[in-house]
Amino acid sequence: MIGTIIRKELKMFFTSPLAWILLTLLQLILTWIFLGRLDGFLEIQSQLLQIANPPGVTEIITLPVFAMAAIVLLMVTPLLSMRLIAEERRYHTLTLLMSAPISITDIVIGKFLGLMVFFSMAIILIVGLSISLLLGGDLDFGLIISNTIGLLLTAASFSAFGLYISSLTAQPAIAAIATLGGLLGLWLVDLVTGENNQWLQAISLLRHFERFNQGLIDTFSIAYFVLFIATFLILTIRHLDGERLRG
Amino acid sequence: MTSATTILAQNVCRNYGSYVAVCNINLELKRGEVLGLLGPNGAGKSTTMRMLTGNLAPSAGSIEVCGIDLLSNPQEAKMHLGFLPEIPPLYQDMTVDEYLVFAARLHRIDTYEIGQKLDGIKQRCGLEDRSRHLIGTLSKGFQQRVGIAQAIIHSPDVIILDEPTVGLDPNQIREIRKLIRELGNSSSVILSTHILSEVESICDRVQIMCKGSVVFDQAITELKQQETNLEMIFTQLTQGLIKRDED
Repeated sequence: MIGTIIRKELKMFFTSPLAWILLTLLQLILTWIFLGRLDGFLEIQSQLLQIANPPGVTEIITLPVFAMAAIVLLMVTPLLSMRLIAEERRYHTLTLLMSAPISITDIVIGKFLGLMVFFSMAIILIVGLSISLLLGGDLDFGLIISNTIGLLLTAASFSAFGLYISSLTAQPAIAAIATLGGLLGLWLVDLVTGENNQWLQAISLLRHFERFNQGLIDTFSIAYFVLFIATFLILTIRHLDGERLRG
Repeated sequence: MTSATTILAQNVCRNYGSYVAVCNINLELKRGEVLGLLGPNGAGKSTTMRMLTGNLAPSAGSIEVCGIDLLSNPQEAKMHLGFLPEIPPLYQDMTVDEYLVFAARLHRIDTYEIGQKLDGIKQRCGLEDRSRHLIGTLSKGFQQRVGIAQAIIHSPDVIILDEPTVGLDPNQIREIRKLIRELGNSSSVILSTHILSEVESICDRVQIMCKGSVVFDQAITELKQQETNLEMIFTQLTQGLIKRDED
């Protein structure tokens, strides 16, 4: 049953031009950064050879691309997540799902996974971009894998948050703005915290992504992401169920 | 498929905060029976229907569909239900075929059966030459038909239609009534309407609701035998109640 929802969500994504435009823009921005870093690398390559333990291609070119990708995904998520539930409510199609023999949990998980399939496609494109560097040299695959995992978990957290906000309203635009606000807030927490503020650092999404970005697969960060995703999915399910109970 | 009683609601109540929308509704429907639900605006017809289809949880009381408790076993019970809400739950940017396939999957129809069911249902609802049209471009009448098709595609035992003939032209109304009559032979149908003649022509039984409770419940044949006028009863009962309240 989850499969039915995922399929429908993907169909809805790709029949609208929005998904295609977003994928194109995402790829355009990241390729731009990628090429910029590649240029920079070629310029300083001779100087790098003189250092005893020089940073590799992966560190100089790929890491900034992934770091930027996280920010771009932050901007893109609200546009995709806004309509997930808010639009169903607006056009009264939520009734169709609620009267069908499918549980609210399946609906929410299906919608979440549908969005994740879309994000996985975007992330595959980014990984493909990095792997194209193999044409000119060696890559640190460990670093690329940790970055990919980090980006997937970050995208999943954004999606879960966006899905929850979308379940609160019947207006997709409001859901988008609120999601963007919330995610920007989480990002800012990361920017304003000093090194000594442990508590704020611990709740910053991008601080956790940074660990993955540096090649560090930290169980604390994984636990944080998983808890973040689970919390918002459960909140969404509870909210939809509460609507049935309270009206 | 075995039990003769398809839907049984006992002492169902629903409050919105301190406002009592529906109070102590009792409803029993046998296979092959068409029940007309009448009542002035705000009488609680839609609330009752939403409760019977699991879209809204009752504040008190029990609902059984084909002997399965709707509240404790919602998914199994909903397999026997088909629901057309007041506003048809349509995805504007899907084609008629895509939409009906999605509805069929939601109702757990096996993949190899879907094609056959789809053809059958389109023929029944007069949608054959609209298969590849986007739902958003269809006229109100055709959208209504798609809504009905969605509710009956899985041949449910109980079909609940909230004002199915609203916005249709006289020819379409006649066709839809014929369809409802046909459906009434194999399943139980509950329909709400404001058109009294509609009830007299297609229903076996009529219930009049006012201020959240059932004030009148009689078989149409009995009514005809007594040669009483439904309109008179309706006006007396509902206006009397409202007047008394105002005094």
